[in-house]
Amino acid sequence: MIRVQREDFDVGAELKSLTDGNHQIGGLTSFVGLVRDIADGQSVSAMTLEHYPGMTEKQLSEIEAEANRRWPLDASLIIHRHGRLEPGDRIVLVACASAHREAAFEACHFLIDWLKTKAPFWKLEGTPDGDQWVASKSSDDDAAARWAKG
Amino acid sequence: MKLLYFAWVRTKTGTGEETVSPPDSVRDVAGLIEWLKRRGSGAADAFADPSLIRVAVNQDYVELDHPVIAGDEIAFFPPVTGG
Repeated sequence: MIRVQREDFDVGAELKSLTDGNHQIGGLTSFVGLVRDIADGQSVSAMTLEHYPGMTEKQLSEIEAEANRRWPLDASLIIHRHGRLEPGDRIVLVACASAHREAAFEACHFLIDWLKTKAPFWKLEGTPDGDQWVASKSSDDDAAARWAKG
Repeated sequence: MKLLYFAWVRTKTGTGEETVSPPDSVRDVAGLIEWLKRRGSGAADAFADPSLIRVAVNQDYVELDHPVIAGDEIAFFPPVTGG
């Protein structure tokens, strides 16, 4: 399941509803991304996330489908927020459930790595020097490349 | 065809969305970018370094040699920074 929304989410409630009633699940992993108050040594007072409505949902669905092809998942969830956020706010939740922990850990790691290089979101940071678009990081490309099939 | 611009590509072109009808000689993404650059200073600035631009046609990532036709939704944006 994927959701793109402005509103915050309740991690506990989301994880509970993801696994409720499915007793084949033995492991549930999650990753929560938060807004930092510093980036490249500069203080950040706010972050605005722009996205491409339509393509965002399409890309997230394709990334989730790919994770389900690669690992035996019983449930998966991606929630990504957009709009104006402040330091400490939650940005993204990725969760994966499986019979065993290896699939759950690996699929969750794969999803956040791929999401960072494929989902059409752009971060605008509010800094003392004014608003600045965040540049993409080659380390994110490297992280995603680890999951490329040889 | 419908053009969409996001993030700093949007701020440089000065618009988030426009509908255009390029001449028949514009057959692919690269040709469309060249045509847009000749139309105005904002686009010329936005597309000054094509290596910084990512392109989606009908919401799928494509390369510069991908064909474009009337009715396509074509989006131009910087490398993504979500997550």
